[in-house]
Amino acid sequence: MPILEVNDLNVTFRGGIKAVRGVSYQLGQGEVLGIVGESGSGKSVTSLAVMGLLPPGAEVSGSVKLHGRELLDMPEDELIGLRGKTIGMIFQDPLSAFTPVYTIGDQIAEAVRIHQKIGKDKAAKRAVELLDLVGIPHPDVRAKAFPHEFSGGMRQRAMIAMAIANDPDVLICDEPTTALDVTIQAQVLEVLKTAQRETGAGIVMITHDLGVVAGIADRVLVMYAGKPVELGTVDEIYYRPRQPYTMGLLASIPRMDRPTARLIPIDGNPPSPAALPPGCPFAPRCPMRVSACDEAEPDLERIGPGTRMSACIRSHEIELKGLDGATIYPVPEAPAETAEPRPRAERDTVLSVENMIRHYPLMKGAVFKRRVGTVHAVDGISFDVAEGETLALVGESGCGKTTTLQQIMQLEAPQGGTVVVLGKDSATLARADRKALRRDLQIVFQDPMAALDPRMPVGDILAEPLRAHGHKDIGARIAELLSLVGLDPSHAQRYPQHFSGGQRQRIGIARALALEPRLIVLDEPVSALDVSIQAGVINLLEDLKVRLGLSYLFVAHDLSVVRHLADRIAVMYLGRIAEIGTVDEVYGRPAHPYTRALLSAIPLPDPDLERSRERILLEGDLPSPADPPSGCRFRTRCPKRALLGAEEARRCAEEEPSVVRLAPVVDHGAACHYPEEAEVVVTSRH
Amino acid sequence: MRSKVVLARLARNPQARYGLVALLLLLLLAYVGPFVGAHTWTDKDFLAFLEPPSAEHWWGTTQIGQDVYAVTLRGMQKSIVIGFLVALFSTGLAALVGAAAGYFGGWVDRALMWGADLLLVLPSFLIIAILSPNLKGGSWLWFVVLLAAFSWMITSRVVRSMTLSLREREYILAARYMGIPGWRIILRHVVPNLSSLLIIDATLNVSAAIIGEASLSFFGFGVQPPDVSLGTLIAAGSGQVTGYPWLFLFPAGLLVLLVLSVNLVGDGLRDALDPGSNQ
Ligand SMILES: Nc1ncnc2c1ncn2[C@@H]1O[C@H](COP(=O)(O)OP(=O)(O)O)[C@@H](O)[C@H]1O
Ligand code: SF4
Ligand code: SF4
Ligand SMILES: [Mg+2]
Repeated sequence: MPILEVNDLNVTFRGGIKAVRGVSYQLGQGEVLGIVGESGSGKSVTSLAVMGLLPPGAEVSGSVKLHGRELLDMPEDELIGLRGKTIGMIFQDPLSAFTPVYTIGDQIAEAVRIHQKIGKDKAAKRAVELLDLVGIPHPDVRAKAFPHEFSGGMRQRAMIAMAIANDPDVLICDEPTTALDVTIQAQVLEVLKTAQRETGAGIVMITHDLGVVAGIADRVLVMYAGKPVELGTVDEIYYRPRQPYTMGLLASIPRMDRPTARLIPIDGNPPSPAALPPGCPFAPRCPMRVSACDEAEPDLERIGPGTRMSACIRSHEIELKGLDGATIYPVPEAPAETAEPRPRAERDTVLSVENMIRHYPLMKGAVFKRRVGTVHAVDGISFDVAEGETLALVGESGCGKTTTLQQIMQLEAPQGGTVVVLGKDSATLARADRKALRRDLQIVFQDPMAALDPRMPVGDILAEPLRAHGHKDIGARIAELLSLVGLDPSHAQRYPQHFSGGQRQRIGIARALALEPRLIVLDEPVSALDVSIQAGVINLLEDLKVRLGLSYLFVAHDLSVVRHLADRIAVMYLGRIAEIGTVDEVYGRPAHPYTRALLSAIPLPDPDLERSRERILLEGDLPSPADPPSGCRFRTRCPKRALLGAEEARRCAEEEPSVVRLAPVVDHGAACHYPEEAEVVVTSRH
Repeated sequence: MRSKVVLARLARNPQARYGLVALLLLLLLAYVGPFVGAHTWTDKDFLAFLEPPSAEHWWGTTQIGQDVYAVTLRGMQKSIVIGFLVALFSTGLAALVGAAAGYFGGWVDRALMWGADLLLVLPSFLIIAILSPNLKGGSWLWFVVLLAAFSWMITSRVVRSMTLSLREREYILAARYMGIPGWRIILRHVVPNLSSLLIIDATLNVSAAIIGEASLSFFGFGVQPPDVSLGTLIAAGSGQVTGYPWLFLFPAGLLVLLVLSVNLVGDGLRDALDPGSNQ
């Protein structure tokens, strides 16, 4: 018998917003059900409805049964008894789950005592045990810390500890690792698996990351526009998707394990939940649409002999013909490559950074600020970008990527070292030269909403750089820019709020292109976008690069996107470069232990691979950049160092390694005294 | 789009609705009223000194035979003009100074905020009282300048701190990295994005300025004869409240109504512009 049974769940918000429409699923003991879908598809609202945590004003219908008891009409005080005891919940933002004024240990102990009749010191002891279980080092000491003293990953682990404090039967996790870095995400997912083993709970795992689901779920439910569109075992969904949306979703992900020349985007945007199309909600974007699709919304129906369900009138045909995403979706044409690029050494260098340093003072005190230390945000990094090349800068948050970009964009003298843009040293620029150089150096930001002034129509946003640099015939140029990035030129009068996320990012790109720059700095340009939209923007960036002869400096944390887009990659750790080289070299033969751990932590959207993979799990968090370890900065977490002899290990602690070329002819260097040689990413069998 | 939402919210707020209607009626009275009355404010009726309200002189007459209705409306016009001008100047100054201090930082910030702090600690009432009558050669516009010069400082501090956070927004960074000059970023990106705050502030400044004008004029430091304002009229009438109450009651009543309605509109705007409020 299933522990949790959801039947025909519907949620409607004020204003006729149908956020969830007919979700049904069952969760068995010890089972992990993954719910995937793009943002706004109703994943979170579904789980809030199950927990009875929807805001007032939401209409809920259908049935949610926990151990056969209906939850939807249960009085609030009984529900409170269940929440945290029988059902635990883990959110994306762990800070909001803890009260700032109590210690973590007290709050976990409190959660224990609400549902179990045990003494105070016993509860406190249980809290320490739980923190130990989720892998918090020195749990007895850390239990006395306040939530803000924990890093993001530790807080997430503490939240898991709190959620499993009362041995719940069901754990609902809503994007539990989305805010975390990959190496921390790998740790947290491991903790979740341990927690499940300890409690035997069924887990509902909500995420937009198809890699995470592939590694942890037994069955997968795919949602689109508030409705489940496909349900099956994880292998069925990943290897034999039978619904065009699922097929498109899987085809649009850049794959680190088998890079393709071209990504396949799904055109268009998800429909607004207040204005759904009459028939199949996916019809406006579906490459297999026929006129019957617009007549009625297809229901989730069984296909094949098993428990496999799909909501598409052509599923049987897809099954019969064995179609997949790459065959039904048109693969966008790659731009014609103009002539073979000249060898790198012969091309101009558009950006060269040499030993750049950026330190911030660390201040303390509210009234009388005094300097108590130095944050080594960027501590002597060197790299260069050749014309027509994409260099990706990757690393975990806090490793100094943004600082590096800012320092370059400011076009001012760095605290140490040099920044040379298009042959001009930023330290010796006169005012007028700096302004002239800004034409050639542009930036695209991560959050397409924050980067566009909400009070300006798009036309004005694009006109701004043109006016500032004295362009004529601005109207024509705006129209040209909008069509260049695939937007309708007649939309110039609209405000940024009227565009979807992907379209806004295209506007940001159009603005960066306005002055015909030569080098564009891309700060996480696609990480705020859903995968199906992201593929289109990545393709656009590739096209523009070839057509306009651009060079990119590209900051990203998604290593699959980097593999797809970049020519070279520089891996940063704590303000230093750990490894740098061509993408093929670094992904194929990662030499630095940190790069190896990073690559092995990336979840791959391939269940078989995920099951068979060996992960290199790193211990602990990034050390504080205010107090970096002596010698090699990675030594506190380095798995390799543990295997070295005492004499060799001492060298790691005493001598700071610098980037050395690994072989005389290859473009590949690593900052490690004992670099490695073997491959870590296995390739897919499917 | 947004302004529509704001207007709809404003119209839904009962206080703001009454305030707006009252304010419009008062403006109508001040500017159209004089054409309806039989006398102009400079007329003197030598047959009626200190007459109570009557069919001929609706609100009575003064001791030199002026029509109280005409004179009060004339004074009200002046008070309104002063109120709106002072609000405009002081909010504009606050926006520019605060945004420049916040955006440029460094010595610009220190110098501007030092100036603001200095003006805050100076006894403004005393200074205006001393300076204003000595500027007789000039017009009442000097008075407006003085009032505005002493009422922008607190708002500019608020604007400055909001600019500090706006400055790190990506669209401002984007503009900076495109080579847009600082003052243009302030005018095109910073100030428009503070417009909610500034609109509310300007509205509330109107009523503060009207009161400030009235109190200074009451003591004879503001509007100088032969000009009249509500303040000078109240001062003139206050000595004879018991014997000839119409001299005092009409200007004082209008002052209260004016300030009240402006404040109602200001509060309503605050609710309508504040996205946190769920009206
Ligand atoms: N409190 C609310 N009021 C109105 N609409 C809401 C509310 N919460 C969520 N929605 C809408 O419901 C839809 C589904 O949201 P959600 O479940 O958060 O999506 P997901 O978790 O899949 O990203 C979205 O269109 C969202 O805007
Ligand atoms: S029902 Fe039609 S439009 Fe909908 S997914 Fe299937 S083929 Fe596409
Ligand atoms: S130098 Fe030593 S500690 Fe640093 S990465 Fe290499 S093996 Fe690890
Ligand atoms: Mg969500």
